[in-house]
Amino acid sequence: MSDTHSHTSNNIAYVADQSLPELPAPINTRGPIAWVRQNLFSTWRDSILTIVFGYLIVVAVMKLAPWLLFNATWDANSLRECREINTGACFAVVNRRLNQLLFGFYPSHLYWRPILTFFLMFVAFAPMLHDNLPRKLLWFTAAFPLLAYWLIWGGPVWSIVLVVAALVWGYFVFRFVSSLANQTAAIFAGIAAVLLWFLIAHDDAVQLFVSVFGSVGLEPVESAKLGGFLLTFVVGVTGIVGSLPLGILLALGRQSDMPVVKMICVGFIEFIRGVPLITLLFVASVLLNYFLPPGTTFDIILRVLIMVTLFASAYMAEVIRGGLAALPRGQYEAADALGMNYSLSTRFIILPQALKISIPGIVNTFIGLFKDTTLVSIIGLLDPIGIMQPIRSDQNWNGIIWELPIFAGLVFFVFCFTMSRYSMYFERKLDTGHRN
Amino acid sequence: MTVASGFADEVQPFRLGMLINDKRYRSYTLQIITIFLFMLAFAWLVNNVVENFARAGRDFSFSYLFQPAAYDINQTLIEYTSRSTHLRAAVVGILNTLLIAFLGCILATVLGVVIGVLRLSKNWLVSRLMTVYIEGFRNVPVLLWILLASTALAASLPSPRQAPVLLGGAFVPTNRGFYVPSPVWGDGSVFLGIVFVASIIGALVFGRWAHARQAATGEILPTFWIKLAIIILPALLLYFILGRPVTLEYPELKGFNFQGGLFVRNSFMALWLALSLYTAAFIAENVRSGIQAISNGQTEAAYSLGLQPSRTMNLVILPQALRIIIPPLISQYLNLTKNSSLAIAVGYMDITGTLGGITLNQTGKEMECLLLVMAFYLIVSLLISLVMNIYNNAMALKER
Repeated sequence: MSDTHSHTSNNIAYVADQSLPELPAPINTRGPIAWVRQNLFSTWRDSILTIVFGYLIVVAVMKLAPWLLFNATWDANSLRECREINTGACFAVVNRRLNQLLFGFYPSHLYWRPILTFFLMFVAFAPMLHDNLPRKLLWFTAAFPLLAYWLIWGGPVWSIVLVVAALVWGYFVFRFVSSLANQTAAIFAGIAAVLLWFLIAHDDAVQLFVSVFGSVGLEPVESAKLGGFLLTFVVGVTGIVGSLPLGILLALGRQSDMPVVKMICVGFIEFIRGVPLITLLFVASVLLNYFLPPGTTFDIILRVLIMVTLFASAYMAEVIRGGLAALPRGQYEAADALGMNYSLSTRFIILPQALKISIPGIVNTFIGLFKDTTLVSIIGLLDPIGIMQPIRSDQNWNGIIWELPIFAGLVFFVFCFTMSRYSMYFERKLDTGHRN
Repeated sequence: MTVASGFADEVQPFRLGMLINDKRYRSYTLQIITIFLFMLAFAWLVNNVVENFARAGRDFSFSYLFQPAAYDINQTLIEYTSRSTHLRAAVVGILNTLLIAFLGCILATVLGVVIGVLRLSKNWLVSRLMTVYIEGFRNVPVLLWILLASTALAASLPSPRQAPVLLGGAFVPTNRGFYVPSPVWGDGSVFLGIVFVASIIGALVFGRWAHARQAATGEILPTFWIKLAIIILPALLLYFILGRPVTLEYPELKGFNFQGGLFVRNSFMALWLALSLYTAAFIAENVRSGIQAISNGQTEAAYSLGLQPSRTMNLVILPQALRIIIPPLISQYLNLTKNSSLAIAVGYMDITGTLGGITLNQTGKEMECLLLVMAFYLIVSLLISLVMNIYNNAMALKER
């Protein structure tokens, strides 16, 4: 080592004996100017794109902003007044008809009921969408559909109490039969017991309770009064909640080893997914009554809810099937190795994991369904799009064009965008890096 | 069971409980029960329908399809008058659905791919703008977009009398629709068509040959320009040799309206634009995620081989990304086709508007009409999923 060092540099040509001249400081790599250079004008192509798009944005804003914001009118009694006050958009119509856009023709002194339901909905969904809440909250989630139904449609409290009683009765039948025979049979027996109750005794029992104990309850509201975003939420949330159990069954059926079950499930799923929702809504509006015993009539909203639930369940089944397929094979094998039978392994090993993986997909299905609920306006229901017609035909607002769809679009955007961001966040949170 | 009990009596006598408790029989039992319940439910539904039909004094028949429709359709691809049958009206509707679906898929794909690629641009402004586009269109119902597009066209364009005549009369936007020149096929245009198709095939063959040559010798030909010449030049020469067999008929203002030329209605334009813009947002997301799914190492490897960014994209990234992009792309096509049934909201006469709309209301044959409409959509979507499955099987990574 000391050899090499002993040679000094003065007689070696390629070793520099003086320092090089200083270079100028490098161009900024931080700060706003550098940022602009890197992100907007890094190449000549970039610069052209930036200038063209920047110009377009400026032109669009210059054209729209005065109409949309600066010259808009927020308070007036009619379109004519709006025009007198200012030249821009007449959002006064949204202001004046906000109640209808949100609630349809729901009685105004009862607005607290849908509003309360709306907030309770978040409490009910919380334990599914957030995993560090007390598990006890799930009981509220389970009770929420009944509560929501009662809050929105009203009616004697007995009808709800008796529904709960019917479920308890079904549970006892299930327990009783399962002590005698196999569990599958017990489930069927329990369901049959509940159905029997609803087919035979429910209505009479409610009548009886009302006549004996008086009609304690909420003022009933007809379905026809539901409208606006209230209807959107009722249809969307019912569709998604109702489709969850159906979708799970269909997904399990599609994965089943039994060819008959598999065929029925695949047939149903592919049929529903193959036709547009609007044709199914036509079925709900003109055909469904033909399929029911003569004399039965449902109101149109209930028929739509049935159809939308069936529709959503096919999509839900595909989402959950994705979750089932994403589970590592080893989970199924481990459950088998522990000696668990099909129902045990499905309930305790497969479904909890598969459903957890599927949550983002379920949220996406919900967003799709939430947007698709607007189609009910085509069969004459008064959802936010359907209700524009009656508002426009009011002579005060006759001739209003853009303001109503802009408002509806904004509300839809806010809800859908929030949900999609949440689902992305959840996806990242669930992605714990486990890959089989 | 102890070992001592032996293996002799393994075959147990059959008991009824084994139907449920024995794994060998349980699946059969359950399936038979399922079939039974399914048929029971089916019979119940059919029975209800029969009973309801009998009560209403109706019959289930498709003979109405052969009666005169007695209504007009504003856009027909085949000959149709109000004296034509309902069946022909349905066919007109089917063709209109297929037309809007086909054109919508093309525009949506072009827009979606451009937007999806721009979304990944390093240019901050461009990528943000594309994000705004994607999120804006995805999160608002398509029905609202269709209605907005229809309103926009009707409200922002002038009436025919004040309409500007653009491009020397070739393009007239009015609040009723767009007038464009229509081609008039004269004598000899058949030859022109044949030559055109032949030269497209020629260009494809040339492309293959050039590719093979490049693989063999390493020489690169400017294929794009040569292909363009092969496609255009022969047809152009023949066009002048035959004495311009194809001419254009321009729209002319007569009275309150334009006559002649091709009239593209606003209902069509609104539906087409709205469906394409909406679906493009979804396609753009598919394209983006497909491109991002290709690992960064591929890009780096291509760069280290000295490929330029554009060639890296075309030769390395896109071929791999397509495998990921195409399945969701096809399901977006399916969605677009199904969403085209919203034509009914703007009065475009597709199958839902003719067979499922006016025919249904005129004849009162709800069951038959809706069955046919659903069958049509079902066939289309099954065909599309068939194509998708074939593609998936062909493109699946051949792992060994």
